[in-house]
Amino acid sequence: MLASSVRSGTILLFPTIGEIFAERAGILNLGLEGMMVIGAFFGFVAGNLTKNPYIGFTIGMLAGGLAALIFAFVAITLKGNQIVAGLALTIFGLGITNFYGQKWINTKLAVPAQSIAIPGFANIPFIGPIFFNQDIFVYFSYVLAIAFWIILFRTKSGVYLRAVGENARAADAMGISVDRTRYFWTFVGGLLAGAGGAYLTIVYAPFWLDGITSGRGWIAVALVIFAMWDPLYAIIGAYLFGGIDSLQFQLQATGATIPSSLLSMQPYLLTLIVVIVATFIVRAKHIGVPRELALPFYREER
Amino acid sequence: MKRFKLVLSILLAVALVGALGVFVKAGVVQAKGVKKVKAAFIYVGPRNDGGWTQAHDVGRLYLQKKIPGVKTSYSENVKEGAPAEKVIRSYVNQGYNVIFATSFGFMDPMLNVAKDYPKVVFEHCSGFKKAKNMGNYFGRMYQPDYLAGLVAGFMTKTNYIGFVAPFPIPEVVREINAFTIGVREVNSKAKVHVIWTNSWFDPVKEGNAAQTFLSNNADIIASGVDSPAAINAAAKKGKYAIGYDSDMAHFAPKAVLCSRVWNWGPFYANTVKAVMNGTWKSEAYWGGMETGLVKLAPYGPMVPAKVKKYVEAKKKLIIAGKFKPFSGALYDQKGKLRVKKGQVLPDKDKLSIQWFVKGVVGSIPKS
Repeated sequence: MLASSVRSGTILLFPTIGEIFAERAGILNLGLEGMMVIGAFFGFVAGNLTKNPYIGFTIGMLAGGLAALIFAFVAITLKGNQIVAGLALTIFGLGITNFYGQKWINTKLAVPAQSIAIPGFANIPFIGPIFFNQDIFVYFSYVLAIAFWIILFRTKSGVYLRAVGENARAADAMGISVDRTRYFWTFVGGLLAGAGGAYLTIVYAPFWLDGITSGRGWIAVALVIFAMWDPLYAIIGAYLFGGIDSLQFQLQATGATIPSSLLSMQPYLLTLIVVIVATFIVRAKHIGVPRELALPFYREER
Repeated sequence: MKRFKLVLSILLAVALVGALGVFVKAGVVQAKGVKKVKAAFIYVGPRNDGGWTQAHDVGRLYLQKKIPGVKTSYSENVKEGAPAEKVIRSYVNQGYNVIFATSFGFMDPMLNVAKDYPKVVFEHCSGFKKAKNMGNYFGRMYQPDYLAGLVAGFMTKTNYIGFVAPFPIPEVVREINAFTIGVREVNSKAKVHVIWTNSWFDPVKEGNAAQTFLSNNADIIASGVDSPAAINAAAKKGKYAIGYDSDMAHFAPKAVLCSRVWNWGPFYANTVKAVMNGTWKSEAYWGGMETGLVKLAPYGPMVPAKVKKYVEAKKKLIIAGKFKPFSGALYDQKGKLRVKKGQVLPDKDKLSIQWFVKGVVGSIPKS
């Protein structure tokens, strides 16, 4: 049961890490759901045509990254409203995959990915079977979370990135290209959103259905706040949300009575609680939210 | 930077053209005026959703083949409520004289339009409202549910069967009950465990629910939801599954024991024929297996001949009207007698059922 929480958490972990980085650079991309579904669809199609799930996953990532570039063009170059552009990207993603996805509905992935146990680690009691007997993409997500934490807090480009999100003018004065930094990390955010979607259609499902992400992009947006813009906390958040369904299903399967209203609002309720708690922590410790989030940068203005 | 902008502009333009294609294609009008019957279908989902809507569309194609003079058309992804009314009205204005609406939420919009056009025939699926020119229709899916239950009862070894269910509404409760009655008839030790996903369509949740059952030692997963995720989860673990809506064997040929499926074609053909002959009347139609509206899709290769023989015999009795699921003596979960021996639960009570029969593990949440 816990191993399956890790798998459903992985769908959330990729886009959450990506969005953390975009937001750290001052870009609020609400198009996560759209980029995820684009990655899910194109990854699935590529995986099917090449009969190789790994190529499919890569193509899914790239498709998400390309979708992010459309957003970046509007938000950074044209300095459009990021919230509107993000919502538009979500609608665009759902629409275009619905249109081109018609004939792929009801097909199963030709060659699914296999689980690979990591020798040594997989034998650790309790933790081993949960975390180290998964498919390669899950391991990839561990590595990513840790690598991105190091980039963010221990490297120069991490400092630049945070500077751009905190105070773009100062960063610009330091000689950092604000637009280029933002473009780059928005693109990375798209790659990872695409990865989350591709993981869903290539490993988790593995099949394509219209609107298969069914709102997971929005949960990832909330997880960014829960994680307080820190990739390591994102791991905890993603698995918590991934596991909550399994937990309440476990209760139901044993015959426990849960009010139906509570069932349907449970993910949203949890999101709300998480956001409230996180906001208090952010306030108290002055960490997390990038100061110039969602603000466009005009070089010439004073 | 300039070249960068240029590349991006081109990318954006390409994306816009792609999006434009979506709108142009969607705007194509399908059928032209003819003197005979023109039938329009209003769908809530895409016509190849692999489940509910696809079953209706297969019925539409059957109608077209059966009665060559008929023109049919359809609208996909129609939102329930006010938008549906607009779509229905526009079909009437284009000269369509028979309209089928295939989702519960189309009921009131259709009734509104029906009042204004007394000469047009309206048929609504899965609802309960009627008018002089508007009938409703549905199928007794609980009969195939019961037969699938028999199969599951024979095939389970762990006596733990999981049922992945959408919403706690009478339609679904009735299905779980009929299924459980079948299971318990041939295997009184087996229990049917229920998980509500609170959604018609959420592949991740459905997969999760099936995983939960499997980790609790379930060896058969029955699906009452619209996506094949639960069936896939069972297949991955080498366990069995029972499909719903359309034959799901192609997703997992080694796992699917059988599927409970809709077959709307004959109903649509008969309705249109009746309209052409002038014999159509507004009625509340609830067709069973004898009409072919609901069916059990072919058994998987793992189902032994002995089991098939038993189930087929029961199927014949149901079709002949000699056997009815929900016959007494029938007890609920708490052991209370609900239907006395020799009696059958009346249709009225079947349609509003909000209790589980004995053998179901799970509860119906109170809303």
